[in-house]
Amino acid sequence: MIEFLTQPWSWWFSGIVIVSIMFFLLYFGKSFGFSSNLRTICSASGVGKKVKYFDFNWKRQAWNLVFLVGAVIGGFIANQFMSNGDPVLLSEATISDLSALGFSRPNSIQPEELFGWEALLTLKGFLILAIGGFLVGFGARYAGGCTSGHAISGLADLQIPSLIAVIGFFIGGLIMTFVIFPLIF
Amino acid sequence: MKFIKFLLVGVVFGIVMAKSEALSWFRIQEMFRFQSFHMYGIIGTAVVLGALGVAVIKKLKMHDNEGNQIIFYPKAKSVVRYIIGGLIFGLGWALSGACPGPMVVNIGYGYLTMTVVFFFAIVGTFVYGVIKDKLPH
Repeated sequence: MIEFLTQPWSWWFSGIVIVSIMFFLLYFGKSFGFSSNLRTICSASGVGKKVKYFDFNWKRQAWNLVFLVGAVIGGFIANQFMSNGDPVLLSEATISDLSALGFSRPNSIQPEELFGWEALLTLKGFLILAIGGFLVGFGARYAGGCTSGHAISGLADLQIPSLIAVIGFFIGGLIMTFVIFPLIF
Repeated sequence: MKFIKFLLVGVVFGIVMAKSEALSWFRIQEMFRFQSFHMYGIIGTAVVLGALGVAVIKKLKMHDNEGNQIIFYPKAKSVVRYIIGGLIFGLGWALSGACPGPMVVNIGYGYLTMTVVFFFAIVGTFVYGVIKDKLPH
């Protein structure tokens, strides 16, 4: 049991847990979509008075903010009590591709070159994190959902718009990976 | 107290994002390079089981805990907004290695620099809200 908890979980078990979360939320009359929180946070900060898009009763979305807080706690628990400290089980092909771009072999779950404090204190490092976040937040609302809302909930409901959005996610991801990465790294 | 269940399911979400390694920038790179089945297996399992479950919910007209029928609202029909919005999202997903959920899980996990990513995701959402009517949808 301890070993099961501290080892990385298999893809099929992880998939079952994720879809269970979706059904749990459906049973409680909610829908699984994480990026709505970004809009809710804007609305809760009071900008709805100036921008119509944020003028809605955000308190109806409070449950999702509570879910967000839970997710932060879950990350903390996973690291403190359920981690064996091993680096991510990345394929050798990816390790080799990334080393050609200047990334060292993983020794944790995130590259120090991007998420270490030293990286953040450089202009390039800061811009990568800031622009990456900006594009995710902007794109998620433009597309009307993120991975949970479109790729999981939407595809499970066989929604064509969600399929189009997921295709868009991949076009963007492939352009970044194969066109832009060689230019910036 | 009615929110405690959402807190707990959020904790489970955070744990599964961490234990599946879906919160890792490396794993997202591996996915976009088609060098492992792992991420496809996670999403694929969730989608296949999700589709079966949603079909059953619709067929049996199942109800939620408050007795309301569970309804799935069709998303607005469009191609432009989903392709362009999705593409912008995908650029950011590959660059930061995180979609909105995993961003906050990373913060809890101890990657505090991810706070910058999350903050700018909020800024991105805000800017979308401001210029929304000028964009093709």
